[in-house]
Amino acid sequence: MTAVKTESVTEPGTGQPLLDVRNLRVTYGSGTSAVPAVRGVDLRIEAGQKLGIAGESGCGKSTLALALLRLLPASATLSGEILLDGEDVLTMKWGRLRAVRWAGASIVFQGAMHSLNAVHRIGDQIAEPILLHGGATQAAARRRAGELLEQVGLPAARADAYPHELSGGQRQRVMIAMALACDPRLIIADEPTTALDVMIQAQILRLIEQLVSDQALGLIMISHDLAVLSDTCDRLSVMYAGRVVEEGPAKQVYEKARHPYGSALSAAFPRIGDLASRHAPRGLPGDPPDPSALPSGCTFHPRCPVALDSCATEDQELRPAGPSRRAACVLVGPQAPATPGPHGGAQETRSTS
Amino acid sequence: MSTESTPALLKGAAGVDGVRTDGPAPAGPSVRGPRARSTTAYLRYAAGKLAGAAVSLFAVLVTSFFLFRLIPGDPVKQMTGGRQVSTEQIAAMRKEFGLDLPLWQQFTEYCGKALTGDFGTSYQFRAPVMDKITEALPATLLLTGTAFVIYTAIGIWLGARSAWRNGSAGDRFHTAFALTLYSVPSFWLGLLLIITLSVGIGPVPGMFPTGGMESGSGSGFAHVLDVAHHLVLPVVTLVAVEYARTLLVMRSSLLDEMGSDYLTTARAKGLRDDLVRRRHAVPNAMLPTVTLLFVNLGNTVAGAILVETVFSWPGLGGLFYQALSVPDLPLVQALFFVFAAAVILMNTLADVIYPLLDPRVGR
Amino acid sequence: MTTTTDAAPAIGPRALTWARRRHAAARFWRQYRGHRAGLAGLAVLTLIALTALAAPLLVGADSLSVTAAPGGPLEEPSAAFPLGTDQFGRSLLALLVWGTRVSLTVGLLAAFLSVAIGTLVGITAGHFKGWYGNVVMRITDWFLVMPTLVLAIALATVLSRSLWTTVLAIGVTTWPTTARLVRAQTLSVESRPYIERSKALGGGHRHIMSRHVLPNVMPLVLAQTTLVISTAILTEATLAFLGLGDPTVVSWGGLLQDAREAGAVSSGNWWYLAPPGLAIAVVALAFTLCGRTIETVLNPKLGGSR
Repeated sequence: MTAVKTESVTEPGTGQPLLDVRNLRVTYGSGTSAVPAVRGVDLRIEAGQKLGIAGESGCGKSTLALALLRLLPASATLSGEILLDGEDVLTMKWGRLRAVRWAGASIVFQGAMHSLNAVHRIGDQIAEPILLHGGATQAAARRRAGELLEQVGLPAARADAYPHELSGGQRQRVMIAMALACDPRLIIADEPTTALDVMIQAQILRLIEQLVSDQALGLIMISHDLAVLSDTCDRLSVMYAGRVVEEGPAKQVYEKARHPYGSALSAAFPRIGDLASRHAPRGLPGDPPDPSALPSGCTFHPRCPVALDSCATEDQELRPAGPSRRAACVLVGPQAPATPGPHGGAQETRSTS
Repeated sequence: MSTESTPALLKGAAGVDGVRTDGPAPAGPSVRGPRARSTTAYLRYAAGKLAGAAVSLFAVLVTSFFLFRLIPGDPVKQMTGGRQVSTEQIAAMRKEFGLDLPLWQQFTEYCGKALTGDFGTSYQFRAPVMDKITEALPATLLLTGTAFVIYTAIGIWLGARSAWRNGSAGDRFHTAFALTLYSVPSFWLGLLLIITLSVGIGPVPGMFPTGGMESGSGSGFAHVLDVAHHLVLPVVTLVAVEYARTLLVMRSSLLDEMGSDYLTTARAKGLRDDLVRRRHAVPNAMLPTVTLLFVNLGNTVAGAILVETVFSWPGLGGLFYQALSVPDLPLVQALFFVFAAAVILMNTLADVIYPLLDPRVGR
Repeated sequence: MTTTTDAAPAIGPRALTWARRRHAAARFWRQYRGHRAGLAGLAVLTLIALTALAAPLLVGADSLSVTAAPGGPLEEPSAAFPLGTDQFGRSLLALLVWGTRVSLTVGLLAAFLSVAIGTLVGITAGHFKGWYGNVVMRITDWFLVMPTLVLAIALATVLSRSLWTTVLAIGVTTWPTTARLVRAQTLSVESRPYIERSKALGGGHRHIMSRHVLPNVMPLVLAQTTLVISTAILTEATLAFLGLGDPTVVSWGGLLQDAREAGAVSSGNWWYLAPPGLAIAVVALAFTLCGRTIETVLNPKLGGSR
């Protein structure tokens, strides 16, 4: 598998990135009932790169995805910068934003049954953005919709079907076809395979990888499944309580995380071939923190197996943790105290599909 | 009017919150439409619904016959009340109206005749009941039809707008206004309208007739205008309550849709807000609304009874009220049947049409 | 036999349940308080209820007497008679106050009857399913098809004219909607695992229906009751207006009928017509607001969007 991927694991720095998110903050509500969902996130992605964002539910990753195209409800306050090809999405005029949506960046939502309109045919739903953005004729748009369906492995004749007539995997393919409709430069896939069973999951992931590499698109894939992300993506960012707590090349972050949360997350997934991990998967005690009542200091400290006393009072920034890697832990980095670092993920080789 | 509510606590109740609907749960989720997308399957489904309707109609026929026999009082005595009538004459009248036969025989005869459209002869008017009904039917159809078009159009439009601008001042006002209208007795509203706009109080002059369908015998266009003039107040009264119900139903249906994911997808595609509403949200919200509209239309006909009584509108409602006082058994039975048949017809139409609108239920 | 040595007295399961219910009720009230419309409705209802109860003290039964009427017929509002007089010379304000009793009583009784029948039918149909359930649902569906007003009119005509007839007519024609909703909820409740457990432990029909299904259905029933009361009050007024109510009592609908028969419409005596209808509207609206608030509190999904 690795032979096919173009591994751009080095920190992107040359030229203008496709997407450059700087210090993004999203807060729901206001005043005393303000709930911070995203608390200062930085992301960069070049064309042709695949970035994975991992985390448990409630860590803010879906909010992040919606924020990138300003799709959050009016009660949400955003600050920071989201530079898509140099333009700041957050300050775009309404008309410009609507033009950029789908044509600049598109989203593959999870739960395609609810993300598709149940009373419209899928062909019409795929053709809709084409007609909206391109000024194509009805016939041309329908033709293009058929082509897109073929690209994702569905017969063009299925364009007349309604969403409920398709299987879960087929619907997800439709979502992908729809996302490609206006030739965007960036695709944001929010849990694209979560609701599917494993065999279909593999197919969909292969499909996404192939389309992204064929057209040199940027891909942001969001999932709680670290194993999937490490396999598909070049770089990986782990989010916790609205912040990125670790980032780096996908394989490295997965196999040898430097942040205790990252390593706990990857340890929670049993390895194929590792009998020991099957019988004793290492989970993490406690629940993800309530965004409206975050713990003091490092937000992870109540659940952290290697927390120090100082962790309850001092919050941690991202620190260098290796070549093009960063982690937000006091035990990481050149000034780390001399205590044994967190154990990384299992060292055994894992059979990658 | 005298209808119950279906709290939205139950998903199966199509989310009609606090709004009274009479009739079965809307045809949406509970319709077991054919899964196959074939015309024959749909036709079989439709035929099944029609057969069910026929059964219901028969059940209503039975009820209408036996129920009104329970009215205390002897119709013959009522009709001859006060006058000196010999026993032979009474017996003759009984025979004339078939009241001397045993009940079962009366019933079978009644059913048999009903199939041919003969519902007997009215005691009061000494005329065939069917004639009286067909006489009064156009007036009721005119009233309810006009009202239906108006309250449906306004109710759906304003309901959708209110829901879309949920929480805004306009939304709050419309909802409050609709709730108030909904609690107002329609006959009272009618009476108030008569007093203020027909009779005129204080500085307001009487602009509309106080009742009836027409005054004077102008013909052609003048006649049409005359009827229209008489139509205004009754229609306004009927529209008031029904518009409120329609608005509340449409609003709650659309509110249910508004949190849906497919709307986020639509916005992400770059659609303008009003297109998202019109093209995506409203069609989905219309599904339960259309069903409820059909179901309610059947009830509007019955509710028109009150409006017709208040405005002396020469329709089926007024006829019903008149017939009850005698009691004019054949007429009452037939009218009861007609009202119930209207509701059954509308419910069946709703059941039959719904699969054509909602692709999930199959064709 | 060992005795427990812990300091706290053993709390039986029954007491626990009641404590939990008290907490739930307190939480319900806290949330209800947050809705202005619901509070307004409740305030109005309390006022109306007090008026109804205090009516004999406020106006006295003698103000109903036709023969000893204090004023002249159809007088306009004045200081002595704030709402004018009816065709017999009785103070309309007094009649309005007195009519509160009938309208409220009939409304409450009819709604109670309707919801009681509906709940009973709904729970049993949902629980027993099978042959009994099917038959019952067919009957329910048939009732639902009948236009309620027409059926109520028919019943009120057939039976003698009294308050009980009105209560019966309304109750009998409106229970089907409740039944259908309760049945759906019963089916949903009975599919839960603890019902299976209860059956395995030997819970009989009566036990399951009364101890498990009924408490779960009560919130729905409560919301439904409030909304049905609103309908019942309107229907009572309608029946009275059509002359099918009890002629011996004063009710708001009856007042409207009297007004019409006394020619108040053609004479422009708006003060005879307006107040009774206004009273009906206000009370019906108050119940509706309370009902909607109860629904919102019990089903947070409906949220502030209402």
